[in-house]
Amino acid sequence: MNTLILVLVILALATLSYVVGTRRSTGLVDNKPKDLHSLPGYYGLYVAMWCGVPALALLALWTAFEPTIVKHMVLASLPAQALLDPAGGPLSDQRISLMMTDIANTASGNISSGASQSYISEAAVYQRSLTDTGYWLMAAVAVALGLGLASLAYRRISPKLRARNDVESGVKYFMIACSTVAILTTIGIILSLLFESYRFFTQVPVTDFLFGLSWSPQTAMRADQVGSSGAFGAIPLFVGTGLIATIALVVAVPIGLLSAIYMSEYAAPKFRAFAKPALEILAGIPTVVYGFFAALTVAPAIRGFGETIGLDVSSESALAAGLVMGIMIIPFVSSLSDDVITAVPQAMREGSYGLGATKSETIRKVVFPAALPGIVGGILLAASRAIGETMIVVMAAGLAANLTANPFAAVTTVTVQIVTLLVGDQEFDSPKTLAAFALGLVLFFITLLLNVIALRVVRKYREQYD
Amino acid sequence: MTDQHQPFEGTAGQPRIADRSVKVSATNANVYYGEKHAIKDVGLDIVAQEVTAFIGPSGCGKSTFLRCLNRMNDTIDICRVTGDIRLDEEDIYDRKIDVVELRARVGMVFQKPNPFPKSIYENIAYGPRIHGTATGKAELDEIVQSSLVRAGLWEEVKDRLDSPGTGLSGGQQQRLCIARAIAVSPEVILMDEPCSALDPIATAKIEELIDELRTNFTIVIVTHSMQQAARVSQRTAFFHLGRLIECGDTETIFTNPQHNLTQGYITGRFG
Amino acid sequence: MTSNNTDLVRAGLARRYRAEKRFRLYGLGAILVALAMLLTLFVTIFGSGLGAFTATEMTLEVTLFPQDVDPEGNRDPDVLSAANYRKLISQAMLDLFPDVTTRQDRRALLAIVSDGATYEARRRVMADPSLIGQRIDITVPVSSDFDLLNKGKVDETSAEHERRITDKQIAWFKRLQDRGMISTTFNKRLFTNSDSRQPELAGILGAVVGSMYTLLITLALSFPIGVAAAVYLEEYAPQNWFTDMIEVNINNLAAVPSIVFGLLGLAVFLNVFGMPRSAPVVGGLVLTLMTLPTIIIASRAALKSVPPSIREAALGVGASKLQMIVHHVLPLAMPGMLTGTIIGMAQALGETAPLLMIGMVAFIADVPGGPLAPSTVMPVQIYLWADSAERAFVERTSAAIMILLAFLVFMNAGAVVLRKKFERKW
Repeated sequence: MNTLILVLVILALATLSYVVGTRRSTGLVDNKPKDLHSLPGYYGLYVAMWCGVPALALLALWTAFEPTIVKHMVLASLPAQALLDPAGGPLSDQRISLMMTDIANTASGNISSGASQSYISEAAVYQRSLTDTGYWLMAAVAVALGLGLASLAYRRISPKLRARNDVESGVKYFMIACSTVAILTTIGIILSLLFESYRFFTQVPVTDFLFGLSWSPQTAMRADQVGSSGAFGAIPLFVGTGLIATIALVVAVPIGLLSAIYMSEYAAPKFRAFAKPALEILAGIPTVVYGFFAALTVAPAIRGFGETIGLDVSSESALAAGLVMGIMIIPFVSSLSDDVITAVPQAMREGSYGLGATKSETIRKVVFPAALPGIVGGILLAASRAIGETMIVVMAAGLAANLTANPFAAVTTVTVQIVTLLVGDQEFDSPKTLAAFALGLVLFFITLLLNVIALRVVRKYREQYD
Repeated sequence: MTDQHQPFEGTAGQPRIADRSVKVSATNANVYYGEKHAIKDVGLDIVAQEVTAFIGPSGCGKSTFLRCLNRMNDTIDICRVTGDIRLDEEDIYDRKIDVVELRARVGMVFQKPNPFPKSIYENIAYGPRIHGTATGKAELDEIVQSSLVRAGLWEEVKDRLDSPGTGLSGGQQQRLCIARAIAVSPEVILMDEPCSALDPIATAKIEELIDELRTNFTIVIVTHSMQQAARVSQRTAFFHLGRLIECGDTETIFTNPQHNLTQGYITGRFG
Repeated sequence: MTSNNTDLVRAGLARRYRAEKRFRLYGLGAILVALAMLLTLFVTIFGSGLGAFTATEMTLEVTLFPQDVDPEGNRDPDVLSAANYRKLISQAMLDLFPDVTTRQDRRALLAIVSDGATYEARRRVMADPSLIGQRIDITVPVSSDFDLLNKGKVDETSAEHERRITDKQIAWFKRLQDRGMISTTFNKRLFTNSDSRQPELAGILGAVVGSMYTLLITLALSFPIGVAAAVYLEEYAPQNWFTDMIEVNINNLAAVPSIVFGLLGLAVFLNVFGMPRSAPVVGGLVLTLMTLPTIIIASRAALKSVPPSIREAALGVGASKLQMIVHHVLPLAMPGMLTGTIIGMAQALGETAPLLMIGMVAFIADVPGGPLAPSTVMPVQIYLWADSAERAFVERTSAAIMILLAFLVFMNAGAVVLRKKFERKW
């Protein structure tokens, strides 16, 4: 919250700079703005920009890195015996992180867990002082920076100063920075996944992970166990993910495709005006709702149905999750197919009608083959969506990593395991937690591959008819 | 020569041809696009085994009228056709008439070549396949070959029947579309400005082809170019603002037009 | 030859028209199946969720014995707050049923009243200490199992061991009903309470506020960044490898599974930057990265639809590029950009998986005090309730879904209205 006040202070200073800068520019030319290179407001903005932007940037950097720096300093200040466990060995990372939480809680005045040791409260006092000093130091530096740069800018104001050009290039750099966010995000994803996965693979060999047939990360629970005693063979997860995604596509592709065809070729405008948005509602429903629907309604229904025909259906069957996921991706398939079908030139249809083909013959033999690449692209996108879908499977699929292709059995997926491994109490650095990142890496690359192929196919298709 | 001059007020009615067999005849044909009255009271006979050219300034309704002859206008929702259009004395807008069958009898070639994104062979085979007019692969091969031969394309493509039809040049594509139409063995072939997207050499080839096809088919061609009408057609119909102004033997129309609108158009005073 | 051909065509017609009809039916059938599924989903959710909007309450006469509430009589708020109201409530209940004597039965009897009763009693006393010593009527919620019983959702004919309440408890509850002490009211706790372990006390308010903070942060970051990026890419960017890379990245990010963004948030925002777990700030940051592609793509489409003639006109009168954009292009593209933003926000509002990764799944019984306080959001609350073993939470889950859907409908309707209102054909 204090940071917020600081931000407001800097913004106030920037506003002030704007006013002062504007005044100065008009003052220089005896209130004859015509003699200025730019409109007076630009001189104000010029000063305000120099006042606010660097100070805010500094503040952002500080806010991002302050906790880490403080944490390291506090850790370094702790007496040596605090970092030893009762047996005399070095404390596990997990315990250290618990202790740091304790210190932070004490420092912020919350009741800490249990009777706190003296070094904890000492560290808490130290942390408080660090945070406080840091804050005031930061505030002073930021304000000084803002004021200093503003006064420099203020002095530079002259009728010849190209204030507008400078402001505009400032804005342009801001826009460039904004557009690089996408790149930074991708880099961030790749680096964080690679880094954590690398740490995982130092403990569990890559081949064991990619080709192992047994997955049971929860076994490595006791402290004296090392990661290798848990089983991290991800094949059952890949098979489970594939199974559920396949079921979803088997549901979604025919329904979505036929709907799109009916909608674009047959439906009366009135029906289309109603049915198209209605189908798109399916895409707007949050996945957690689908998950609840799958767990509450669909899974018991399938189980009950299985019982009546004498089949043993798991209550967390792949079928239930896949079915509901299929419903969810119907609109992806249908709207993408609709797009590509409408993109098939009318001349193509007329050519076929002109030969005496019926509508369905035209669709099946001319329009559909012409649209096929685009449709395939759409299906690939839908597949990537199905593979990466999380909530439905978390709520409706199982946790047990069964290696099976039986849709009535319970299987687990990559996303389910990521959530299971990372939700709840975590210990960083344990292979269990790191495994989630390795799974994330696999997930990211598979979906990336599908997306790249799909986008390329669709683009090629579009170019064909442009 | 019993052609009569049609008065400007309307062209409905009476028989216009006595000594030649009429393939298609329209009486009092009207076409509406929603509120717009696009074709007004057109009456016209199309003679079998001849080439009939529709000429007239842009937007005069010649393409619209052409599309009435195999009911391609049915694909446009707001389009409504009234009047009487007969193919071999049968009203093609009769309820009993099947559009699919009609279009098998009255084929069409479009302004812009529109081959299907399939192989050359598949393009030609499409019609016979959907209509079930070929029994067996051998017969189908036969139809494909003879259609391509008749369209004058065989020599150019016989070694690459499996390559995509979209890979041909514009003129070849248009001849492919003509071959595709021939493959269904229609009785009438409608051509909607088939050369407007082609260069002069390709145009010459198509014109030559049209002249040859005349022996087997009744051909109706819409064209922008009066020279083309003069070169390929035996009869010419001049449309203006949705009305048929004059229709007669091409020679007569071009040398001795009865109506001064026709005269004006032909001599290039407007267009 | 020709007539032969016509015959052949005619012979196939019937078959071909049957195929035509079949194909058409497949298409229609597909749409109907999809719509039926949508309908089933809504009917199940609404069917099970409507019950949560009413609550069963019980009016209990409680004597506020001074020796229990305020033994020293100095009305010290700390003492009043810490007093044992449970005992008073228990006493009031037991007084109603003098025939209940054994320890086990008494506990079973007390199970009818929700724990919320003690809070209600404390609230009343704290609000008006003069009530101490009096006999007052307080209206308290009954516990969830009896709420379900009252709503007819418990099968009384089933075997006793198959349900959570005993025959005896049912009989007692019937007696309370006969005495007119049980009433059904609108369940305002659903809207004014935060999460609770007791279904009858659990409400959605904390999650709504958490969602609000998260969305505000998402909006505050993603809208300006998204618009700025779109303007740069559409109006300034030269055609080079860098621009291409940005575009490829945006398109790919739009299709990256949301959970991967959660992993990014966990690894970067929490572990590297040391931001607080479970905080709306981090949630907002993660959702910003997730919704940015949507907003950028929509904004670029909106900018593209502004005809070049407008730009030329502005440049022609001597506007600078930025002036042309700010004065002419942006106002015209704004409705489209806002529509895209609303759709992005609606996506963010329904997003669950990435927030699980950054720890927004904690049990939070309070309304979060700010964007840095631990909190949860609506979809995560739904997930948590759906995971609860208590049967009564099924009802609440569905109700929470209905509330979430209401928000989404509202936002999407806003987007539609905006689009309709400012739709412009050039």
